[in-house]
Amino acid sequence: MEVLEKTMNGMTASENEHEVKRQPYWPNWAAGVGLGLILLAAFYIAGRGLGGSGALSRATGVVLHTVMTEHAESLDYFSRYYRGEYWMNDWLVFQMIGVFLGGLFGALTAGRFGKSVDKGESITNSQRFWYAFLGGGLMGWGARLARGCTSGQALSGGATLAAGSWAFMLALFLGGFATAYFIRGMWK
Amino acid sequence: MNAAPLAKMGLITMEVNLILAGLIGFGFGFMLERAGFGSAHRLVGQWYMRDWSVFKVMFTGVVTALFGVLILDGLGLMSFEALYLNKTYWGAQIIGGLVMGAGFVIGGYCPGTSFVALASGKLDALFYILGMSFGVLVFSEGWGYFETLQNLGSSGRLTLDEWLGLNPWLIAVVLLLVAVIGYRLTTALENKLKQ
Repeated sequence: MEVLEKTMNGMTASENEHEVKRQPYWPNWAAGVGLGLILLAAFYIAGRGLGGSGALSRATGVVLHTVMTEHAESLDYFSRYYRGEYWMNDWLVFQMIGVFLGGLFGALTAGRFGKSVDKGESITNSQRFWYAFLGGGLMGWGARLARGCTSGQALSGGATLAAGSWAFMLALFLGGFATAYFIRGMWK
Repeated sequence: MNAAPLAKMGLITMEVNLILAGLIGFGFGFMLERAGFGSAHRLVGQWYMRDWSVFKVMFTGVVTALFGVLILDGLGLMSFEALYLNKTYWGAQIIGGLVMGAGFVIGGYCPGTSFVALASGKLDALFYILGMSFGVLVFSEGWGYFETLQNLGSSGRLTLDEWLGLNPWLIAVVLLLVAVIGYRLTTALENKLKQ
């Protein structure tokens, strides 16, 4: 962690400039309509929506099953991830590889690709890494509890009018607003 | 006779479906990047009410896809019924949503956007993804304790139109109005803050 921090010290967004001139973001409505059409394509082709956390859950299960086979097999919940018949999880794995490549293509063509740490000015890089780990942990745990994340519940469930997914969406925003107040120093 | 969803009607093979999954994911990642969602600062701005992009993009996307689904279903081109529908577990989804809202602000990303951030070169996104994996591990290790919670408030397959006893088109129109009015109000709010 300290080594990483040393290499990252003094690194600012200005160092991210490459040959490609930085492009502005798309207007919210354009990105939203684009996202909606991609989601509609997923419904039309696969009959299911998008997912952001399923692929990582599966990867976690597969890795654990590889390195600690006996232990992984003692965990009832994980069996769904390393057994082969859950092709829907495979769909999400392929989709997630696509997300990474699409994000990379987007960042490269907009001049936004570059090594950086996205954080508030009042915290150090290693503090940011720990907070990112903690936030990711809550998200990973919560996404298993709620059976999906912002993509699987809010976007996909929202567009199919799933009642619980709308409750999820409201709770997500409420949880965010409530927490933001207590950690307002972190993002200044 | 509905022709779609293609995979469920057996019109494409599993291999083709998986390749298309990669292409759909590519489009998804690209759109998230163009929305500015590879940036934790922009995402987190939502919860401090300085940047309403998360609300605006998400709501526009949901309403666009919803109208698409209803139109294709109405034209007999795709069966709404055949689409995968998230089952409703009121308790699990509300508690999970609250915890994930907290995780969003503390970690700076949601799962999908963290991969876009990593692809953009954000090192903090890597720690976020490792954290998610750890969270999944904790959930699986403690499954005995969390199973009851995960099934809390189970209502099975339930849509908003069934629950409210309203026509899905009416709900879609109301959501469209909420999206348009919300979009304008929050944009005005953003502009006021910028001054």
